[in-house]
Formats: sequence, C-alpha cells, structure tokens
Amino acid sequence: MTSDHAADMTGDHAADIDRHVRVYITVFVALMVLTIVTVAVSYLDLPIAMAVTVALLVATIKGSLVACYFMHLISEKKLIYAVLILTAVFFVALLALPAVTHSNGYWIPE
Amino acid sequence: MDIPYTVEVRRDTGLTNGKIGIWLFLASEVMLFGALFASYILIRTGAPSWPRGDTILNVPLATFNTIVLILSSVTMVMAWASLMRRRFGTFRLYMGATILLGFVFLVVKYFEYSHKFHDGLYPSTNNFLAIYFTLTGLHMLHVAGGMAVNAYFWGPGAKLWKTNPVWFTNRVENSGLFWHFVDLVWIFLFPTLYLL
Repeated sequence: MTSDHAADMTGDHAADIDRHVRVYITVFVALMVLTIVTVAVSYLDLPIAMAVTVALLVATIKGSLVACYFMHLISEKKLIYAVLILTAVFFVALLALPAVTHSNGYWIPE
Repeated sequence: MDIPYTVEVRRDTGLTNGKIGIWLFLASEVMLFGALFASYILIRTGAPSWPRGDTILNVPLATFNTIVLILSSVTMVMAWASLMRRRFGTFRLYMGATILLGFVFLVVKYFEYSHKFHDGLYPSTNNFLAIYFTLTGLHMLHVAGGMAVNAYFWGPGAKLWKTNPVWFTNRVENSGLFWHFVDLVWIFLFPTLYLL
C-alpha cells in the first residue's frame, strides 16, 4: 500500500485511530448532554423568539459536532470545503426566501 | 473496466471519486431538506396561529429516538474505525448495531404515526401536521435507505473486504457519511417540530 491510499491501514495509523475513537466518545457524551439541554430548555416556556434562538443554537452546535468529528470535516480536503461553502450560500438564500416574501411583498406584490 | 480512484486518491482533487461523489450528493440533500425547511418557515410565519409541537406530538418518544440516532452515529463511526484497525469481526458488531438502531428508530416512528392516525390526525388535518408528516416521512425514507446500504455492507457487500480491504473501508466511510447526515437532519427536525 502506498501513502496515496485514502484508507491507509498501517501500524502508524492504528495510534491515530485510537485517538479518533477517544474523540468520538467525547463527542457522543457532548451530544447526549446537549440533547438534555434542548429538551430541558423547552420546559422553561421562554418567549418564542428566545426559544427559537436557543433551540437552533444548540442544534447548530450538535450538528457541527457531528459534521466536524463523525463526518471528519475538521480535516477534509479543500474541494469538499468548496462544495460545502457553495451549498451553504444557496441554503441560506433558500431559507431567506420566506423572509423576503414577507418583507412587504417585494417578491409577491400585495 | 475498473472504476477509477476507488482506492488511490486523484492527484487533482486529493480525494477518491466515491468521497467527492457522496459529498456532492449530500449537498443536493441539503437543498432538498432546505426547501422543506423554507416551506415550514413560510407556512408557520404566515399562519395566524401555530400550535407548539409538544401539544400535539410525543416529546419523550422523540427524545428517545434522538438518543437512538446519535448512538447509531457513534456505532457507525466505530464500524469504520474497526475496519481501519483491521478488525472485521468488530466491524460486523458495530455495523449490526447501527442497522438495529435504525430499525428501533423506525419502529418508534411507526408507533408515533399510528397513534396520530388513531386520533384522526392526518397530513390533511392542518398545516402543522402536513409539514410534520412530510418532513419526518422524508427523513424516515432516508433512514430506511441508509439501513439498506448498511445491511448490504454488513452482508453480501462485505465480500469485498477479502479482496480489497481499502476499497471496502472507503465504501463504509461513504455510507457512514450519509448516515451521519441523516442524524444531522434529525438534530434540526427534533427541536423544530417537537419543541417550538
């Protein structure tokens, strides 16, 4: 096997994998704690704007943990980052559409 | 002809073709779910009143399912790590657990759905239920699809391990990327639909 292999399974990598596994377990614990936080916060009956902000903030942290560590985005190649940045731009534009349509009928004349 | 760059990385992309392929697919999936999230926001903000999810839906069951999916993400990544350590038996255990946890998720969802139907709550009942059934239904299809691919790698597809372990490991990594994405979508669906 050469070092060009995407999944190089040599002895050197075994130690790396052990380190990864420890990270996975830490991330798992963090995700569990954040799940409890998500549910606990919903019992506080916060005003809706505050509730949405907190819920989405916690979900974003959880999602980032999954993406960065389980999906290995923390150490990925440039091309994948480029694809994801483009996706993020279009995703934000998509989510902004409802806001635009509500801003006094700029897109949908009243 | 062999499929190119399944094991070696391409010099220009620095990736195997499978890896870039699955990420492009996931990018399209982000847009698919994004369109439905945008619809949800539009329908909700345009509605004169909107129920809090927990007044209609079962939060304890959904919390349980959230834990199940997070656990399955951990077993999935451990299945891949087992292959990296060349421990095929351990891979089978973790992959089996991942499939089983996916199944548990679907069973819980089945009970949630049938309870709603029993109470006369259908997608046609109101906008909240329409968007709830659409989003969770599409997500369930993804869980089932991911389970099918994982079951293939657990069973017949695992033959590849004997002839080309690096390729097999890369394939499991790619199916794992899809599985984690399914978990990630649920992480957003859960608070959005059940708690707000």
